[in-house]
Amino acid sequence: MLSKVRDKPECTDEVQVRLDRVSKHYGNAAALTDLSLDVRRGEFLTLLGPSGCGKTTTLRLIGGFEVPDRGAVAIGGRDVTGVPPFQRNVNTVFQNYALFPHLTVFENVAYALRVKRLPGAQASERVTSMLDRMGLADKAGRYPRELSGGQMQRVALGRALINEPTVLLLDEPLSALDAKLRRTMQLELRRMHAELGLTFVCVTHDQEEALAMSDRIAVLDAGRIAQIGTPQEIFDRPANRFVADFIGGCNFIPAISRSDGTIIMPECKVSPQTGPEAGRGIVLAVRPHSLRLGTPEEGAIIELAARVSDIVYLGTAVRLVLSLADGLGLTAELGKDAVEKSGAKPGVVLRLWARAQDVIVFDAARSGHDPH
Amino acid sequence: MILTELSSRKPAIDWSWHLRLVAFLGPAALYALVFILVPYANLLIYSFWKTDNYTIVRDFNLGNFARVFESPVYLSVIANSLLVASIVTICAVVLGYALALYVAFFTGMRRKFLYFLMVIPLWTSFLLRAFIWRLILGREGVINSGLAWFGFTDEPLSVLLFNRFSVCVALTYVFIPFVAIPVYAALEKIPPATLEASMDLGASPFYTLRRIILPLSLPGIIPGAIFTFCLSFGDFVAPSLLGGPSGIMISSVIINQFGSAFDWPFGSALAIFVIVVVGIAVALARLLERRYE
Ligand SMILES: Nc1ncnc2c1ncn2[C@@H]1O[C@H](COP(=O)(O)OP(=O)(O)OP(=O)(O)O)[C@@H](O)[C@H]1O
Ligand SMILES: [Mg+2]
Repeated sequence: MLSKVRDKPECTDEVQVRLDRVSKHYGNAAALTDLSLDVRRGEFLTLLGPSGCGKTTTLRLIGGFEVPDRGAVAIGGRDVTGVPPFQRNVNTVFQNYALFPHLTVFENVAYALRVKRLPGAQASERVTSMLDRMGLADKAGRYPRELSGGQMQRVALGRALINEPTVLLLDEPLSALDAKLRRTMQLELRRMHAELGLTFVCVTHDQEEALAMSDRIAVLDAGRIAQIGTPQEIFDRPANRFVADFIGGCNFIPAISRSDGTIIMPECKVSPQTGPEAGRGIVLAVRPHSLRLGTPEEGAIIELAARVSDIVYLGTAVRLVLSLADGLGLTAELGKDAVEKSGAKPGVVLRLWARAQDVIVFDAARSGHDPH
Repeated sequence: MILTELSSRKPAIDWSWHLRLVAFLGPAALYALVFILVPYANLLIYSFWKTDNYTIVRDFNLGNFARVFESPVYLSVIANSLLVASIVTICAVVLGYALALYVAFFTGMRRKFLYFLMVIPLWTSFLLRAFIWRLILGREGVINSGLAWFGFTDEPLSVLLFNRFSVCVALTYVFIPFVAIPVYAALEKIPPATLEASMDLGASPFYTLRRIILPLSLPGIIPGAIFTFCLSFGDFVAPSLLGGPSGIMISSVIINQFGSAFDWPFGSALAIFVIVVVGIAVALARLLERRYE
């Protein structure tokens, strides 16, 4: 499986890993609550969420390091709930790599083959080709402490892949690397995934990383799945406030939708639109980069006047920290030129607007956790 | 300008550095001189002298060393000491390792408490801990009365006490913490993820123990084994309390030379012999340690 490059690396609908309503408690605290998740064969799925939301726990359930309190785990159609890790055809790249400090790079990568008592010559051939592929051929005799972070990362990857697992689990595989190396390794991981045709389940709390690498993203919030979908679906059509806020960041403007189809909100003008039930409290979600400066054009649904309280330069873009007359805080990310032209400086009131297609309407009554 | 200033200041810095070094190391060096070097040198010098009619004659000769090797009595006592030390080291390492492994990995919340229990014996008298085995192994001891009570034996077993067996049992018991404590310290340093990685790669817990835990805890095993071997090789409490004729060890003979036999030069020669054996054991262990580093 490793040596062959599959013709069609894209995923099928066949389920490779299934978590069926699993719950996991540590003492009285719930780490996961009734979580169901299907990972398709050959896909690159990322578990994304804030710290403590249960990403590592989910991964450990798949790896066999934790047993769920309730629910079942199946891999490749076989129920593996309660099967120990060493009897699962799943391998893990650990968060801090967890390389064996007393073994060389070669021995680390060869470990799984030694366990299986593969004949020496055959094993060393496979290890050598794996080291080649990872660009570690000249590091074979080194010990982990003599490697850089990126090299250790590749050893951990090679060590996990040598066993030809059906599923590769990666727990924050890039978190210990610097920003530049991270981006290189993101592409590297994607390339490797496409080449090997394996199922990857990756954990990260970095939304950019998730968007860049994954076929699908499962956003976790407090032990539940808030949304699962392709990066584009998650970004463009967040299912709830939590997802909108966590991925890409968002401004939330409370408003009321009236029975005549208009929306009212304090200090803003909102064009009539259909959608949420009349007479309900709603929340308009607008991403910082969807706010525009100047006179509203055709299709604008929100117009507002906000006072600039701070200006942050981000390089190509500028972030404006704004507040509405009623004190609600907003942020907008705009092009440098547009901001300069508008004469924005702290204290100045600016007119901003947003297009209808850039505004997502949420029901205010619904909690942010509702998976829809 | 700055350069010349720096270069002109340099020698002064050097001197103060030397002075500080002396100030730091002086007390330690003095201690080593008075309490280690001088006594050993003294011992070495004595070992080349001899006695004549209970007086020490300062006459350089190698007779004492020749006597050690010529007499089967001393060689057999030395052999017995080596045997006892080896048995004790093996038993204490196996049992101490098992104890440390259990406390480090299988006890969860009670770990700190059990570690504390492991340390407590070190605060108790060595003599007491050896003596307690008389009460356990003796004719009216726990084992014999237990066996008699169940009707397994008609009269008390005498093979339990005053022989090599009882010495080994007591010394093993005494030195288990000497192994368990450094091993526990080494085991605690192994990150749990390392063990999980091993299992993740298909290794059973036993394979993980052999290939990961054992090599990584070697820095704890080696000092524990050295301690146990050296201290039990030179021990005289256990053999004199529990030894009997078959349990005689070299230290008892040495003490005898300095006491009733009043042959200090010969006692010194035997002591030098013990030091050499211990030195060789330590050197071998270091070698082993270096190989696994
Ligand atoms: N061994 C444990 N004992 C007790 N509580 C635990 C344990 N492991 C995890 N938890 C708790 O379970 C919850 C989920 O933890 P988990 O490690 O899955 O979070 P995570 O999403 O991986 O977070 P992070 O991004 O910080 O790694 C957390 O609230 C955590 O405190
Ligand atoms: Mg985690």
